[in-house]
Order: sequence, then structure tokens, then C-alpha cells
Amino acid sequence: MATQNTKTLARLMMAPSVIALLVWMVIPLSMTLYYSFQNYNLLTPQNVSFGGFFNYQYFYTDPAFFTAIWNTLILVVGVLAITVIGGIAIGLLLDQPIFGQGIVRILVISPFFVMPPVAALIWKNMIMHPSYGVLADIARFFGVQPVDWFAQYPLFSVIVIVAWQWLPFATLILLTALQSLDGEQKEAAEMDGANFLNRFIYLTLPHLSRAITVVILIQTIFLLGIYAEILVTTNGGPGYASTNLTFLIYRTARLGYDVGGGAAGGIIAVVLANIVAFFLMRAVGKNLDK
Amino acid sequence: MARKTTTQSKIVWTVIAWVVALVIFFPILYAVITSFKTEPEAIDGFSLIPSGTFENYITVQTQRDYFKPFMNSVILSIGSTILALIFAIPAAWAMAFAPTKRTKDVLMWMLSTKMMPAVAVLLPIYILFRNFGLLDTRIGLTIMLTLINLPIVVWMLYTYFREIPGEILEAARMDGANLWKEIVYVLTPMAVPGIASTLLLNIILAWNEAFWTIQLSTTNAAPLTAFIASFSSPQGLFWAKLSAASTMAIAPILILGWFSQKQLVRGLTFGAVK
Repeated sequence: MATQNTKTLARLMMAPSVIALLVWMVIPLSMTLYYSFQNYNLLTPQNVSFGGFFNYQYFYTDPAFFTAIWNTLILVVGVLAITVIGGIAIGLLLDQPIFGQGIVRILVISPFFVMPPVAALIWKNMIMHPSYGVLADIARFFGVQPVDWFAQYPLFSVIVIVAWQWLPFATLILLTALQSLDGEQKEAAEMDGANFLNRFIYLTLPHLSRAITVVILIQTIFLLGIYAEILVTTNGGPGYASTNLTFLIYRTARLGYDVGGGAAGGIIAVVLANIVAFFLMRAVGKNLDK
Repeated sequence: MARKTTTQSKIVWTVIAWVVALVIFFPILYAVITSFKTEPEAIDGFSLIPSGTFENYITVQTQRDYFKPFMNSVILSIGSTILALIFAIPAAWAMAFAPTKRTKDVLMWMLSTKMMPAVAVLLPIYILFRNFGLLDTRIGLTIMLTLINLPIVVWMLYTYFREIPGEILEAARMDGANLWKEIVYVLTPMAVPGIASTLLLNIILAWNEAFWTIQLSTTNAAPLTAFIASFSSPQGLFWAKLSAASTMAIAPILILGWFSQKQLVRGLTFGAVK
């Protein structure tokens, strides 16, 4: 009897959150699905008609679509590679006994708390600007022609900015995991004559695998939706050179006022995100259940 | 001899670590320094010593009404966090203390809502907001931020509540405590640290959210993310002033963040890494 009561109470307590999230998932998604089959432009709202698969065809045959998919992939993989490798390296560094460890840690994690538009504008104006940026100053100091980063390497520049924002996150998590590594195990390995490289490969890396998986999962969720960093730096250009899928849909929907096209792009994004999520969850599930 | 080498190696590692840390922190430092330069100084080559003017901070306020987006950021981040906690505390409580076979599935499902690309529902949300008159309103943005952060809040609270031992409840019940007394005298004091950590982390996330806040606001409800993003064109603020606005935009959250390092790891990894 009491358990039945508890169960009912528990359901009631969960209901507001579950319903809120359910509504938030179902209503907008079904609207997107509906719009994706309509010819609907916000500039001519009186001419709405059924469009069948036209929007999908339009989106799919647009050469910008594959550019955007490719850019999304490069952006995610590039940032993941930099942050995971960099995070392990800096994590190992901060795990050493050093003077002023607390302050070093604070300095290293700081970029994570900088809001995306500020991070992007600092890098755009003060670091990577072709005539006034610090990198240009350095180039001139060495007598080299300064690089116009956002014009010549737009996607790479965005990757650098986003990696800078996420490196602290990876570092912090990997450092936390490193610190939970058993000191005795390390000592035993050292006694047995294992050198640094062997200790790293056979002891540290396996110990970090769970943390690395978590870093990859969480960063991927956020990295697929990178938007503000592109908006304030390259605005997706030149051409479509730094447009990811999120930005392409935003362009179609908000700048082109094309509701149908934007919605079709949105559905494609959902399908792709689900494919990614499926593999990630499986990988993570395996690793987390250990 | 051995003693000496460890001190030496400690010094070497210290130097390397400080160099790495300063390189990573440099962009923030340079923005802060630039905010105390005059505009001609700001574009006059590399220099770490500003003339120390406060003029930029004053100009940003007088010409651009900086206080307004700042207050919007404060209201949106704190408001949405409190709202999310009101929804999430009972849910996380139930999942932690009365788990069923489906609890894990519900949690995973909630997490999966975070994986839905925001841009996929941009148009419906935009149209709904327009039709309900919620565009560029604080209430609209507060609802939005509550919904997108709710899964993380539930997860975080769940991982904290789960660590409260269930036996303590039984003990209290044995001593004749009813449900209400249990909640007020036993559980709440044990849950407060977890709730506080969740609150802190969620304020940081809400403060820095830069997709919906930019999409759904123009002037009235625009928080700092949208305010700063509007200066991306070269005709916007000049650099020293932009640096001043940026410094003020990140300072409060940076300081909050320094205090929440531990909670950050736990919260953002959904308790998987502690």
C-alpha cells in the first residue's frame, strides 16, 4: 500500500519536468516536420501550399549542403582532436607538483566561462586581425607577411576559437580523472622499471578511457550546434567556406525567410544528430556500465 | 642528491605549466588590458601597458546603455535557473528516492532532448514566439532557457540526491518522523549543497547561452550575448570600448566559474566523472 502511494507520488513529482520536456520536444518538432512539406516563405505568407518533397530535394541538391556537412564534420573532429590531445597533455602537466598550482588551474579553465560572442570577437579583433592583431604583430616582428586568417583559413580559424573555448573543459575533466589514479599503482609500475611512455600507455590511458569518452560525448553535443562563433567572425563565408549545418539552416530560414527549406534542413539535421547520438550513446553506454 | 633533482624538476615543470597557462589565458588578459587603452592605442601595435583610462567603461554605459543588457542577463540567467530548479527538484527527488525500472530510461530520454539540434526547431519556436507576442521579451527567453537547461539540472540534482543514504530516512521514520518532517529536517539540509552547485552551474550556462538569446531578442530583452554579438560589424564599437564591454560581460561569470570548478566537472559529465 505504502509503496503504491510512493509510486503515485513519485510520478506526480516527475510529471512537470517530463511534460515540459515532452511538449518542448513534440510540438516544435512536429511543426518543423509539417513545414518541411510546405512551400512557405515569410515574405509571401499568403502563398502557402503543399510542396511534397520539394524542400528536401532543394536542400539536398544545393551544393552548399555537402559543403556544410563536410564543414560540420571537420569542425567537430578538429576541435575534438585538439581538445582531447591538448587536454591530456595539460592534464598531465597540471598533475605534476608545481608552484602556484591553484592559480595555474584558474588561468587554464578561464576560457570556458567566456561567452561565445566575446570569445569570438576577442580572437577576431585582437588576436587574428590581419593588421592589428597580436599574431600580425608577431609576424611583422619576424619580418613575415601577416596572415589574413578569416579570409584565407576561415574554417581553421573557427576551429581554433572553438578549441580554445573547449580545451579547459577537456583539461578539467581529464585532470580530475588523472587525480583519481591510484598512486600506489603508479609507484609499483615505476618500481617495475616501466618508463614514462609505458606507464602512460598501459596505466594512464586505460584509466582515462571513461573520461575521454565523456568528453567526446558532451563536446559533440555542443559542437554540432556551433553558431555564435561563426556569426560574429566569418558569417559563414567566404562563400560557404565556414558554414556548418546549423549556420546553413539559419541562413535559409532567417536570412532567406524560407520556412519550408529551413524546416527540411532542420529535419535532416535531426536525422544526422540521431545517427551520431546512437553511436555515441552506444559507445558511452558500454564505457559507463563498466 | 635525489632531493635536489626533485626540486629542480619541480621548477622546470612549474615554468612549463605557467607558460602554457599564460598562453591560454592571454586573449582574456589582452582584452582586459585593451579595455584600459585609448582607441588609438588599441590599434597601435602590441603593448601590455595601457594608459589606464576608464573612459571606455563610461562611454559604453552612456552611449550604449550597457546596464540594460547586463540586467537582462542577470534576470534571465537567475530567473531561468530558479524556474528549472522548481521543475527539477521534485523530479530528481522522485528518481533518486523512489526509482523504478523506467527511471534510467526517463533520464536517458531527458538527456537525448539535449541532442536535438536547436536549429531544427528554430522556425517553429520563432513563429510560436511571434504569434504569442513572446519575441524579444524577458519572459519568453526565460522559458526558453529553462527548457534547454532542464535536462542538465535534473541530471545534476539526481546525481547529488542519489548520494544521500536511504537508511537515514528509515532511521528518521523509525523515530516517528512523518514525510513532511523527513523532508524539512532530514533531507533538505543534506540536499542543499547539491542544489547550490546546480544553481551555480546553471547560472553560468544560462548566462553564456548564445543561440536562442541571439535569435529571439532584438533590443528590449537582449542579454549580453546578443548585445556583444551586435558589435561584430566593423562599424560597431571600437576595440577599446568593445573590450570594456566584453570585460564587464565575462567578469562576473568568470569569478563564479573559478569557484565552481569541481561542480562543473560533475555537473557537465552528468556525474560520470567526479
